[in-house]
Amino acid sequence: MTTLNIENVSKKYGTLETVKGVSLSLQAGERVALLGHNGAGKTTLMRMILGLTPITSGRIEVLGTEAGARRARSAIGFLPESVAFHGALSGREQLQHFARLKSVSMKRADDLLDRVGLSDAADRKIRTYSKGMRQRIGLAQALLGQPKLALLDEPTSGLDPISRHEFYDIVADLANSGSAVLLSSHALTELEARTDRIAIMSKGNLLADSSLSELRHSAQLPIQVHVTTSEADADRIAAELGGARVNGRSITLTCQQDDKIAMLGQIASLGAVIKDVDVMPASLEDLYRHYSISKEGA
Amino acid sequence: MSIIAIAKLELLIARRNMWVATSVILMGLFTVVLTLAGGAPTGSLGIDPLTVAVTSITTLSVYLIPLIGLLLSFDAIAGESERGTLALSLTYPLSRGEILIGKFLAHFCVLAFAIAVGLGLTAALTIWQYGAADLSFAPLAKLFATSLALGAAFLGIGYLVSSLVRQTGVASGIVIIIWLVCVVLYDLGLLGALVADNGGTFTKTIFPWLLVANPADAFRLINMPDGSVSELASGINAAGGASGTLGQLVSLLLWPIIALFFAWIAFRKVEP
Repeated sequence: MTTLNIENVSKKYGTLETVKGVSLSLQAGERVALLGHNGAGKTTLMRMILGLTPITSGRIEVLGTEAGARRARSAIGFLPESVAFHGALSGREQLQHFARLKSVSMKRADDLLDRVGLSDAADRKIRTYSKGMRQRIGLAQALLGQPKLALLDEPTSGLDPISRHEFYDIVADLANSGSAVLLSSHALTELEARTDRIAIMSKGNLLADSSLSELRHSAQLPIQVHVTTSEADADRIAAELGGARVNGRSITLTCQQDDKIAMLGQIASLGAVIKDVDVMPASLEDLYRHYSISKEGA
Repeated sequence: MSIIAIAKLELLIARRNMWVATSVILMGLFTVVLTLAGGAPTGSLGIDPLTVAVTSITTLSVYLIPLIGLLLSFDAIAGESERGTLALSLTYPLSRGEILIGKFLAHFCVLAFAIAVGLGLTAALTIWQYGAADLSFAPLAKLFATSLALGAAFLGIGYLVSSLVRQTGVASGIVIIIWLVCVVLYDLGLLGALVADNGGTFTKTIFPWLLVANPADAFRLINMPDGSVSELASGINAAGGASGTLGQLVSLLLWPIIALFFAWIAFRKVEP
């Protein structure tokens, strides 16, 4: 069964349409990144999946149940953007409270505190926590009861690089155990290897929804090849390969995916004058820019 | 089960925020002072000393219990909405009614505990001064039960306000106005109308019902013994007698239910 099915969903606030006919579906075990500027409609979409915001038109189903129904909510783990808790409680008390609401054992709640690396600070008041620690409590509560669908809104904001790494390990474990994960983010570079699918939203429209390699292919963005050579040969080789000289001994070339092998062959045939070659496919940042600019203009 | 979880958490927060301590100290302090001060002149009058204490505590409770009820409740929804904790709670598999009832149970327990401590101190002090032999405890039990109803009514009103407005600052302002109107201005208005009417139809037919319609006045009437020492209270008592104890009881029981019902309706419309 499809874990999350969004069918032609729109949201209007008066005349302002913040989500426009978005369709998206997630299967069990899939990790999907939802990308977009501030105000693109990502958070509104998540709130509609949770039933916090009424849907203007269209339909959202979680495990075949209407979004917002009690059964749908018990299948979802949610980490809100800038998550907040009552400062007078300790991390453990807060998490145990949420565990009771989801009928999860206290033992399991304590295990999760361990899993997100908070066991040392668990009995301190949340008001003494850093933003990263509050985010960890937020993640722990979203993991309670092994949700079938995890909705993570800007989950890595406020986390340092090592914590981000640990965070994506947890997300991978979650997906491996059969949960569908939908996460929104601004930090594009960290998503590249850690999601199965990328959905790009802009001004309420869903502009793209496929794997990173498919996005690259359909965007036809050029691949950049950096060739390092000696100072004496740089100009000659730049002319020969049809590239531009960047500094004393580097040349930048661009080509399409289909021409990549041919170009590498040509470079290799030059022999010893070539010191090094770097091949850089279009980054997620390039793709994101490509999709949000080209489709918006249309 | 969810209701118990919410109530447990709210009790913990009330303890941490010193709401329990504040309520208990307020009630305890005032009841002890009134019991001791009220007891001084009664020896020669031959009135049951506990009745005297209950009368003066009733006068105080009319002000204090609505105030504590509103202070406990005004932050309940607006505060969570403002801090951003409400949205997350609402994504859990429980209904808004369960959240509201859970909070109500916790706050009701705090209130009940504070009132019980206050009245318990009154009983203990009176027994210590006069012995338990000739005391009638029925008025004290009635005062306790009706105090709970009065507090519950104002808890409900506080939740209603808290659901209707977005900011806690606004909510706190509104509950203070409601408190002033219910315990002070409403009576003054009615007294003014009584004087102006000079014993006409308003005094005989409409006034008694208007009086019990206010839960604070219903509470005052039901707990004031006949021929009370307080001249203001006895004036209102005489005129209010028309609605009878039944009317007062119905008012005290209906207010909490109606207030909580409307709070629930308003809370259902809150979009965090």
